[in-house]
Amino acid sequence: MAHIPAELLYTKSHEWVQFTGENTARIGITDFAQNNLGDIVFVNLPAEGDGVTAGEAACDVESVKAVADILSPVTGTVSAANADLESAPEKLNESPYEAWIFEVEDVTDREELLDAAAYEAFCATEEA
Amino acid sequence: MERKTPLYDLHVELGGKIVPFAGYLLPVQYPSGVIHEHMAVRERAGLFDVSHMGEVLFDGEGALATLNHLMANDLTTMVDGQVRYSPMLNEQGGIVDDLVVCRIHEHRYMAVVNAANREKDVRWMRDHLLAGTVMTDVSDDWAQLALQGPKSKEILLKFLPEEALPKKYYYFVTEVEVAGVLCVLSRTGYTGEWGYELYCHPDEAVKLFRALLEAGAEPCGLGARDTLRLEAAMPLYGHEMTDDISPLEAGLAWAVKPEHEFVGREAMLERGTPRTRVGLKVTGKGIVREGQDVYIGADKIGVTTSGTHLPYLGGAYAMALVDSAHAQVGTAVEADVRGRRVAAEIVPLPFYKRAK
Repeated sequence: MAHIPAELLYTKSHEWVQFTGENTARIGITDFAQNNLGDIVFVNLPAEGDGVTAGEAACDVESVKAVADILSPVTGTVSAANADLESAPEKLNESPYEAWIFEVEDVTDREELLDAAAYEAFCATEEA
Repeated sequence: MERKTPLYDLHVELGGKIVPFAGYLLPVQYPSGVIHEHMAVRERAGLFDVSHMGEVLFDGEGALATLNHLMANDLTTMVDGQVRYSPMLNEQGGIVDDLVVCRIHEHRYMAVVNAANREKDVRWMRDHLLAGTVMTDVSDDWAQLALQGPKSKEILLKFLPEEALPKKYYYFVTEVEVAGVLCVLSRTGYTGEWGYELYCHPDEAVKLFRALLEAGAEPCGLGARDTLRLEAAMPLYGHEMTDDISPLEAGLAWAVKPEHEFVGREAMLERGTPRTRVGLKVTGKGIVREGQDVYIGADKIGVTTSGTHLPYLGGAYAMALVDSAHAQVGTAVEADVRGRRVAAEIVPLPFYKRAK
């Protein structure tokens, strides 16, 4: 069973989001997502200042097997990207909830987000 | 509806992530992951279920003549117990499939074909049978395991004396017993590593697989099989080879003997080599995968046929089919990765070669 921290919110496309302030959010991929992708070998990070839109691709990650778009759970402006992942993309496999991918400021909109219990139930339907 | 190999339940028990492949349900990886499994084969020993591969027997006085008529390689110089790789061509000089042929004796051969091409191959070969040849699809009578890696010999020596092993690369022995299971054992593989392939009765496959794991082999899935063959620059049907790519374009001239007559020979020679298979090392940021256009500036020179991150070499590599005029090693190119240009350089093949 994938690990799902209670304090985060989740999308149905398997990103996690943490609201770090009134209008700021930090985004990563879930344990379920990294497990499905397999060994991650490259993260194509968004650039600081990029505009992102809720539910649309903000960047992508590549595993040995496949490439996956990371959909931004919120609309806003990218304020930071986790440059550590450029040299160590495997951190997304090892500690998906510490290895955040990007932060967004001036958040004006958000997707419908799931709490941990709802996300766990959703993952169960995906696995079935 | 996908079929299960005799090892399906064992793959599930071992935590294999099951995917459909060429009409079969097979593990793409086990919990250890593709990179770990890849390194197991390069440094230790890995074990693959390749029971999906097809086996076709050719019997009779005409067997050799039939096979040599179908194969671009020359099989007339083979001896008993020898294996030979060959492309099989269509009338246009493209590739129907690539396969290995095992010479059991003068009037009996076994061809091992790609699972995805099995029905196509059997139809094609049946249409080209010469007199005195009986062809039988025996795929369902055999399970096949691949034991690959520098420790694979050591593992087999736990079950067999040295003199029972095939003496040389691309030779096989029949009726050897491994862990109480009667096998055909060949020194062949698809990883670029020292290794063996074992054929046995489907009912005995689980016993054999378990015994080889017990003896130190690590289970490996289709994911590692693909990264290993790509690192060793071995072409894969449907990628570097298709009905529309000739073996000369695919870099298989070493397995084509135009001195003998075979189906597709004239068309193949007529086509020449307008395109060439090359290796690309990604020098920019990103992963280049198959089906991505390759450019020099604004000019498209070809398309990638396979590509990903290669675990042993620790970088992104791809193979591509490009205009022969632009196939020189050292050429700087770019691949179009979903609208983003990623820099790469043409490098010699294979990417990886086992130290002797």
